[in-house]
Amino acid sequence: MSSTELMVPAEVFATYEPVIGLEVHVQLGTNTKIYCGCPTGFGAPPNTNVCPVCLGMPGALPVLNRSVVEYAVKAGLALNCTVRNESIFARKNYFYPDLPKGYQISQYDRPVAEHGFIDIFVNETHKRIGVTRAHLEDDAGKSIHDGYRDSDLYTYVDLNRTGTPLIEIVSEPDIRNSDEAYAYLTELKQLMQFIGVSECDMEKGQLRCDANVSVRKRGAEKFGTKAEVKNVNSFRFVKLALDYEIQRQIALIESGGKVVQETRLYSPDTGETYSMRSKEAAHDYRYFPEPDLLPLRISDKWLGEIRSTMPELPPAKRARFVEQYGIREYDAQVLTLTREMSEYFEKAAEVSGDARTAANWVMGDLAGALKAEGKEITESPVTAEKLGELVALIKKGEISGKLAKEIFPKMWSTGDGAAAIMDREGLRQISDTSALDAIVDEVLAKNPAQVEQYKGGKTTVIGFLVGQVMKASRGQANPQMVNELLKKKLD
Amino acid sequence: MDIAKLTIEGIRAGLKAKQFTAREVCEAALGFAGAENPKTNAYLLLSAERARAAADAVDAKLARGEDAGALAGVPVAVKDVIVTKGVRTTCGSRMLENFVPPYDATAVQRLEAAGGVIIGKANCDEFAMGSSNENSAYGPVRNPVDLERVPGGSSGGSAAVVAQGTAVVSLGSDTGGSIRQPASFCGVVGVTPTYGRVSRYGLVAFASSLDHIGPFGRNVKDAATLLEVIAGRDEMDATSAFAPVPRYGEAMTGDVRGMKIGLPKEYFAGLASETGDLIMRGVEALKKLGCEVREVSLPATEWAISCYYIICTAEASSNLARYDGVKYTMRSADAKTLADMYRNTRGDGFGAECKRRIMLGTYVLSHGYYDAYYLKAQRVRSLISQDFQKAFGEVDALITPVSPFPAFKLGEKLDDPLAMYLSDIYTITGDLAGIPCMSVPCGATAAGLPVGMQILTNHFQEGPMFRLAEAFERAGGVAGA
Repeated sequence: MSSTELMVPAEVFATYEPVIGLEVHVQLGTNTKIYCGCPTGFGAPPNTNVCPVCLGMPGALPVLNRSVVEYAVKAGLALNCTVRNESIFARKNYFYPDLPKGYQISQYDRPVAEHGFIDIFVNETHKRIGVTRAHLEDDAGKSIHDGYRDSDLYTYVDLNRTGTPLIEIVSEPDIRNSDEAYAYLTELKQLMQFIGVSECDMEKGQLRCDANVSVRKRGAEKFGTKAEVKNVNSFRFVKLALDYEIQRQIALIESGGKVVQETRLYSPDTGETYSMRSKEAAHDYRYFPEPDLLPLRISDKWLGEIRSTMPELPPAKRARFVEQYGIREYDAQVLTLTREMSEYFEKAAEVSGDARTAANWVMGDLAGALKAEGKEITESPVTAEKLGELVALIKKGEISGKLAKEIFPKMWSTGDGAAAIMDREGLRQISDTSALDAIVDEVLAKNPAQVEQYKGGKTTVIGFLVGQVMKASRGQANPQMVNELLKKKLD
Repeated sequence: MDIAKLTIEGIRAGLKAKQFTAREVCEAALGFAGAENPKTNAYLLLSAERARAAADAVDAKLARGEDAGALAGVPVAVKDVIVTKGVRTTCGSRMLENFVPPYDATAVQRLEAAGGVIIGKANCDEFAMGSSNENSAYGPVRNPVDLERVPGGSSGGSAAVVAQGTAVVSLGSDTGGSIRQPASFCGVVGVTPTYGRVSRYGLVAFASSLDHIGPFGRNVKDAATLLEVIAGRDEMDATSAFAPVPRYGEAMTGDVRGMKIGLPKEYFAGLASETGDLIMRGVEALKKLGCEVREVSLPATEWAISCYYIICTAEASSNLARYDGVKYTMRSADAKTLADMYRNTRGDGFGAECKRRIMLGTYVLSHGYYDAYYLKAQRVRSLISQDFQKAFGEVDALITPVSPFPAFKLGEKLDDPLAMYLSDIYTITGDLAGIPCMSVPCGATAAGLPVGMQILTNHFQEGPMFRLAEAFERAGGVAGA
């Protein structure tokens, strides 16, 4: 079966309901590892950011990093979870060459945060996806299978990543299609970025996603047998993998087969999922409470302190933007995509005194320029204040919107403010009556025919005359004043 | 200087009076250990270079008139499950035959900072699993009291070197009796402190919730002094206690009048043996010193062995997973696949007892069995703790035998693991409850085999425990009865 051909007819497809739950690993961006003091940086030479603890040396013991806990609590709060006063670390046992202890120190039946939700907005509909839990654990190292001269003979192990803090965020099986999954992941990523606990760069492995998928006949209560699609490395691939997997399962059932519980991998090359191991070969992780760590106790006081550092989150921010600035919900979504963009917008709106125009500029000219040069908003040569000033000039009528569009690229290339550019290039509007008088008189003298028409009652010809004045002033004349002057002289 | 009889106090006095230097003590200990070791196999290696450097540092400090520490110039042996930077640490296992740790255990750092001189690494049962020291991949240790007999285990080497006089004090580790039982078999003092009293950082884990580092000495004071040096909070061990470390010497007043002693009836039932008689004579001696003795009950004792062997094997199966052939361990040469590498390395590297415990532990943690075994064992563990708490509401200390029998012959119980496990019956409860307990010499059988008396007190009550033990020792032990 190829992923491109529809495996089941649409009317058959419609009789099934997919059930999807997502497990997302997010690397927390603390400076040091979860159970030792080694740095967490990406890209250091292999096996340099290591110590006896993260190497799993005999006799070494883990000690929990306090800021990891604070990051995890923030994540839990952002996911609307209950943060447990007491959570327990548990060993998850399995053999792997890049897992030096032979177990991960994770959490099992008492995770740091649980019972939360993420609200998504798909196809003009709001939906709430439950978050079962968010628990802490240590990342494993990396097995490197190629790139060395004798890679055909050996696998190399780099343990720099070992002990990097992770939170695993497990959703309820509330997701019903790949669009919802995509929206959930987007929202989750945005939340984590907003609260600053992770950059969620998937290329650096800072966010990883596994999906549990099953299908059932519509109306059925019981879940179907699920397959787990592991390690899909982009949101787009998650969507494609889910679409394929749902089709595969329905087709399988329709042809009289049975879905087996197994772990599957997604191949971006073929667009298909394939079996990695069956349930019989599945790990028995033999979880038990980690005896080397005490239960994690988070007092109400500590929780309160962490809560007080929480920024306004995207859902609240969006609602406030609509309410406070009178912008559209869609625009509010765009302006809250990142914390930096929302902060930029609010600053620009404040300086400009015209939030809606500021919003248009941020989403329009600014976003275009950023995109063209592949820059982040934090790298914009035009600061929020300067963009705000530009918009303020329009609002005060000192420049036309058209002129502003000419000024903006100059601000972009020089980093200067609008006023400085206008002074330098002589772009200030001519609002001086005596200066305009002369130009208006000149235009009237040059266009006697139009003057006659106007006086004859065809007053619309004034537009032509204004245009001539603007042209003569090289666009710098204040159009409103020109209009008034012309009328005064003609009437 | 009679190296075999030196005490910490004797060394301190001798150094002060310039009768000898720390280097001379060190050379004497190294020389004596080298000469005696073939008889007992108690040392796996002598760390002569490191010992000399430590001794010279002590002499240099003394020459400058500085305080050289509570253990200045004292020859110490360290059980080979405790890591020593740059000094091979095998855990008595083939698996780690070439493992040279890149760091020191906290206890090792602290004893050296206090002027202690590490003479060598003491033999032990593989990964501290055993009660006879016959499970060492490097050959059994023989009991210096009777070379045909075992020294006990798993800290057999640590007990033997102190009994033999090739070290003044030593560090052992205790998970189910591995300090007290060999101390009892070899006729020396062995202390298992409160869980958390001594940092486990650098103690190669067997069963993390039960593992303790503790001292051996030829007398109570020496053992207490070593404990005082290594005890206290360590930021590298999250389970180490914040409680301040008292000066144990001050507790040892010799006055135990009015101290309430409990004899748990479950520990004496059916103990009609020379060992039982000796312990009862010891109790008589304590009565003479003014202790009040009464019977108490620890009813959960009957489940202790099952509970212990579930918890310790479960934790061991996880702790020993890291020995996989990937890193510092040996690696089986003929493996063609990853699974083969694991299987062959672990098959060749571990001895029979380790494999037995790994399999038991893997089983009890397996899906579907966890609740029936591990969880239930944890509940029993709570009951055992509650028993002790109830008893300590009535008495200050408990007295029991350490072992049902004295040192047995090499090979005698080797083919009967269950009999070996049952020999831990009196010692494992203290570990399960995390309370301090110790073995203090309590006479010898007609055949001349030492017997130890176990003293147990409540959490962090090492002071009263030492007071009782030292008063008993001062009064001549069972001879005082």
